[in-house]
Amino acid sequence: MHRGLELALFFLVAALMILSLYCVFQVVPNEVTMGAVQRIFYFHVPSAWVAFLAFFVVFVSSMLYLATRRLLWDVVANAAAELGVLFCGIVLFTGPIWARPVWGTWWTWEARLTTTLVLEMVFLAYLVLRTQAENRAQAARLSAVVGIVGFLDVPIIYYSVQIWRGHHPIVFKSSGGQGLEPIMLKTFMLCMTTFTLLFLLLLAMRIRLGLLQEWVAELKEQDSIPGA
Amino acid sequence: MKNLNYLFWAYTLIWIVLAGYLFSLSIRLRAISSQIRRLKSRLPGGSEG
Repeated sequence: MHRGLELALFFLVAALMILSLYCVFQVVPNEVTMGAVQRIFYFHVPSAWVAFLAFFVVFVSSMLYLATRRLLWDVVANAAAELGVLFCGIVLFTGPIWARPVWGTWWTWEARLTTTLVLEMVFLAYLVLRTQAENRAQAARLSAVVGIVGFLDVPIIYYSVQIWRGHHPIVFKSSGGQGLEPIMLKTFMLCMTTFTLLFLLLLAMRIRLGLLQEWVAELKEQDSIPGA
Repeated sequence: MKNLNYLFWAYTLIWIVLAGYLFSLSIRLRAISSQIRRLKSRLPGGSEG
């Protein structure tokens, strides 16, 4: 991404983030059963969405790498995996903070929670695996396989509540119990947009870093640079 | 409002994580940029900066 575009996206994300925080804390009403603590979900759910999106990018990029062996796709997959771990980590930390006052416990081995924890661990292993490989090509090849297999957990997480009848909540319920109030829906969609753009910004920055690292590694391998 | 401390800690944690990641990204970008400057200066005809 062009640096100017990256800067423009940065200011857009900053403005949207301020607007999102204003809406979450000043505009939306309290949810009827959970009260103020439900406001955690305006950032918790978009974090989960962005984590899934990141792991989808890993999945597609990994397949493209295995098909073409172009290092660019490995750089994209690695960048997205790092961001997926970051946002999945936010989900796994904010979830228990919500659960403590609502469920009375920080953690329970409920289907969605457990499968999300498994997803985080798989992609942490993905990142560790890359540092342990014998060479660059092996790191790319092995991590691509883990990235593809690891993504298969995402649909399992999505359907886990129905499959195993988990008690992960449907988080938005208006006072009349008739679904999401319009202002809550608008705020929620605003937060989803903000987090999606934040993800795109961070992905662009991380890919730029990855490409520069590849370039430096190539330069260092050249014998024409003594002592590099 | 009940449970405001939970709300406070959730959002504080989100901002610490995001700020920490942005900081680490900028450190890594700065480090790689200075590495590139050093390598360029070693190339024949290269110069600092």
